Amino acid sequence: MVTTIKNTEADSAARLFQAKRFALWIGIAGMMMVFTSLTSAYIVRKAAGNWLEFKLPDIFFYNALLAIASSVVLQASYAAFKREKFVLYKVLLALTLLMGVAFLLGQYSGWMQLVDMGIFLQGNPSGSFVFVLSGLHALHLLVGLTSLSVALFQALSLPDRLTERRKFRFELTLTFWHFLTFLWVYLMALWMYLA
Amino acid sequence: MATTTQEVSKHQIDQLIEEYGYDDHFHEHHHEGDKYQSGFIQKYIFSQDHKIIARQFLITGMIWGILGGLMSLIFRLQLGFPEGNMAWLKPLLGKWIIVNDGIGTLDPEFYYALVTIHGTVIVFFVLTAGLSGTFSNLLIPLQIGARDMASPFLNMLSYWFFFLASVVMFVSLFLSTGPFAGGWVAYPPLSALPEASSGSGAGMTLWLISLVLFVVSVLLGGINYITTVLNLRTKGMNMWRLPLTIWSFFITAIIGLLSFPVLAAGFFLLMFDRLLGTSFYLNEIFINGHALDRVGGSPILYQHLFWFLGHPEVYIIILPAMGLVSEVMSTHARKPIFGYKAMVYSIASIGFLSFLVWAHHMYVAGINPFIANFFIVFTLIIAVPSAVKVFNWITTIYGSSYRFNAASMFAVGFVSMFISGGLTGIFLGNAVLDIPLHDTYFVVAHFHVVMGVAAFFGMFAGIYHWFPKMFGRFMDETLGKLHFWGTLIGAYAVFIPMHYLGMAGVARRYYKFDNFDAFSHFAGINKFITIAAIITFVFQLIFVINFFYSIWKGRKMTSRNPWGSTTLEWTTPIHAGHGNWPGKLPAVQRWPYDYSKNGRDFIPQIEPQSDAEKDEFH
Ligand code: HEM
Ligand SMILES: [Cu+2]
Repeated sequence: MVTTIKNTEADSAARLFQAKRFALWIGIAGMMMVFTSLTSAYIVRKAAGNWLEFKLPDIFFYNALLAIASSVVLQASYAAFKREKFVLYKVLLALTLLMGVAFLLGQYSGWMQLVDMGIFLQGNPSGSFVFVLSGLHALHLLVGLTSLSVALFQALSLPDRLTERRKFRFELTLTFWHFLTFLWVYLMALWMYLA
Repeated sequence: MATTTQEVSKHQIDQLIEEYGYDDHFHEHHHEGDKYQSGFIQKYIFSQDHKIIARQFLITGMIWGILGGLMSLIFRLQLGFPEGNMAWLKPLLGKWIIVNDGIGTLDPEFYYALVTIHGTVIVFFVLTAGLSGTFSNLLIPLQIGARDMASPFLNMLSYWFFFLASVVMFVSLFLSTGPFAGGWVAYPPLSALPEASSGSGAGMTLWLISLVLFVVSVLLGGINYITTVLNLRTKGMNMWRLPLTIWSFFITAIIGLLSFPVLAAGFFLLMFDRLLGTSFYLNEIFINGHALDRVGGSPILYQHLFWFLGHPEVYIIILPAMGLVSEVMSTHARKPIFGYKAMVYSIASIGFLSFLVWAHHMYVAGINPFIANFFIVFTLIIAVPSAVKVFNWITTIYGSSYRFNAASMFAVGFVSMFISGGLTGIFLGNAVLDIPLHDTYFVVAHFHVVMGVAAFFGMFAGIYHWFPKMFGRFMDETLGKLHFWGTLIGAYAVFIPMHYLGMAGVARRYYKFDNFDAFSHFAGINKFITIAAIITFVFQLIFVINFFYSIWKGRKMTSRNPWGSTTLEWTTPIHAGHGNWPGKLPAVQRWPYDYSKNGRDFIPQIEPQSDAEKDEFH
């Protein structure tokens, strides 16, 4: 049984927010495919032998914990924003940004430790893969840090007000940040599993 | 159109939309959009309107089509007339024609460059961007009843990334070392070592940059298409009321989203190998007698990453063509498409299976024969949904009073090509048969017929059919039919003989065969193919002239719905502005294929179902 649709209405702006939220997820799926294919290349290549084994610097694993913590903090900031606790919201937002920068510095020291161990970008692919995967993650992280900075700048410069538009933008940043965390945890889990 | 005697008049359409339509308060909002409609630059160049972006994709694609076609004529001249004098091409090709004693010959390096760039631009720029970019943009918002894409801005970026990719590729043609010459699949080590050949240096660098820009374009476009189809359908437009065009663009975008990033990852590692000295794809290579210190990599890894995109890519090309053909056929047959749901399920299962067959391109690359069996099985299974679609097309036109015009004839031609090329795919899908056929002209014939020519036919059907929607005028029918017959006969004349060459073992990617006595008696066939290719190309010029002439001088469209179609795009004003519908959005009451129903020629999707209709199910 079919019913006739008659004279309905809705707001085009609200529909667009919904659509764009969805678009971010689709974009994340695309980025995830890049990492999935690189990690499967990693697995296949490893299975083929002639593979240099080495231990990853611990900092990479501590960074996974830091990433999870930063996601929790950003989520708390979002919750504060929704409850209109604007001071808490700004403090937590700034804290997330700091944690993100700390993460990046940690990655850098990890790369330096690798170099000290004699693992370079060139040479056996087992080392190259670590640099390429973590480097590509770092590139994505730069995008995340940029959007956090924009969010923080707006938080500090705009009047304290909860609007649909700002909530929507925050949600996009939040989703992307969680994705970055997930990605690093995924890479670390995979490494632990394969080691 | 005389056939549409019961045409729903413009007045009735507006009334239906007004009475039943969906008010999204679009025209009350202040739109960022309205700004960019103002100046010429914002309206026609940096436009965010999907209708303009569609035309940009189409025209850029056409330019590449002409360039790519011309390239093929030059290397066909070499193959058909290896002893011929090419000195007359010197003004165009410069140093790539080597003149000795007044006899000009084509530089072999440049021959390879032509083959490579021909393949790359036809596959990516013409049949991906020009086909799915054009029609996804034009039809998705119009046929689902949306104001525009979910993100018009990203949509604009999608075109401009394509444009940049085009510019970079074009520049690479003029490098003194020549463009990339290692084949469109860009296998390492030729692609990974700048010193491997002259095109592998700067030419390959630009080739890679161009294709990475292109991948960005495809992804931005695809994100928009998927989001728009899932989120911005008008009221009543549930998934089972989508025209098959939209289904095919939708699945195509999903395939692209899942496969192009893999290509990007493969290219990413290739760039590292080229620029930073890694060895992902390189192992124990000797160049000019000395060994490189690059060890531990595997060129097969690249093949896996490439074909994981590469095979889905061929469906990215053909699915939109299939969607266009279904729609054009049903409209001109004045019959519902046969087996609508079966069509949707076969598009979806082709999409799914296309990810499980990539290694059929690698049967002779040294993969494990047991693994090859897995790929054989899935490859042959793809033939099932493909056959379902062919059956449904034939059944749709069978016994109909088919309106023969340029669009509908190209749609039939598509089916013919798809059958011919699909059959040879079944040969190649069997590893045992593929071992002698791989890298021969049989493969070249297979994919040109099933993908190259068939997709062009789908694209032509789409262009002739939706030209009035794009430009408010019609293309010339007589020239269109001439174009059809010339292309149909010409394409078969080019490609049928190639199957024969391939079965006789003639290898693809050879500059000349004079060292192989076994192939000397094929010189006549090669001449024939070359002449047929030139004639076929001339028929394409008829199309190009017709196209541009008709934009400005074609017969004007006087009614909104010239073909008597049921779908929403024909309910907008002839020159639809920003937001597509001037007032409310149309609401959808029925599926898109109510042709010849209840004694009526067609019933548009916006017309409510009668009580009797409501009780039957679709
Ligand atoms: C029944 C369906 C099909 C089967 C079983 C099939 C099978 C194959 C196989 C096994 C090959 C590899 C041959 C070789 O390199 O030795 C091949 C090549 C190819 N096929 Fe198909 N195919 C089918 C349909 C299609 C369709 C629909 C398209 C495109 C729309 C297509 C496009 C191509 C292309 C582009 C190549 C060659 C790529 C290259 O090496 O440059 N095929 N096909
Ligand atoms: Cu394939």
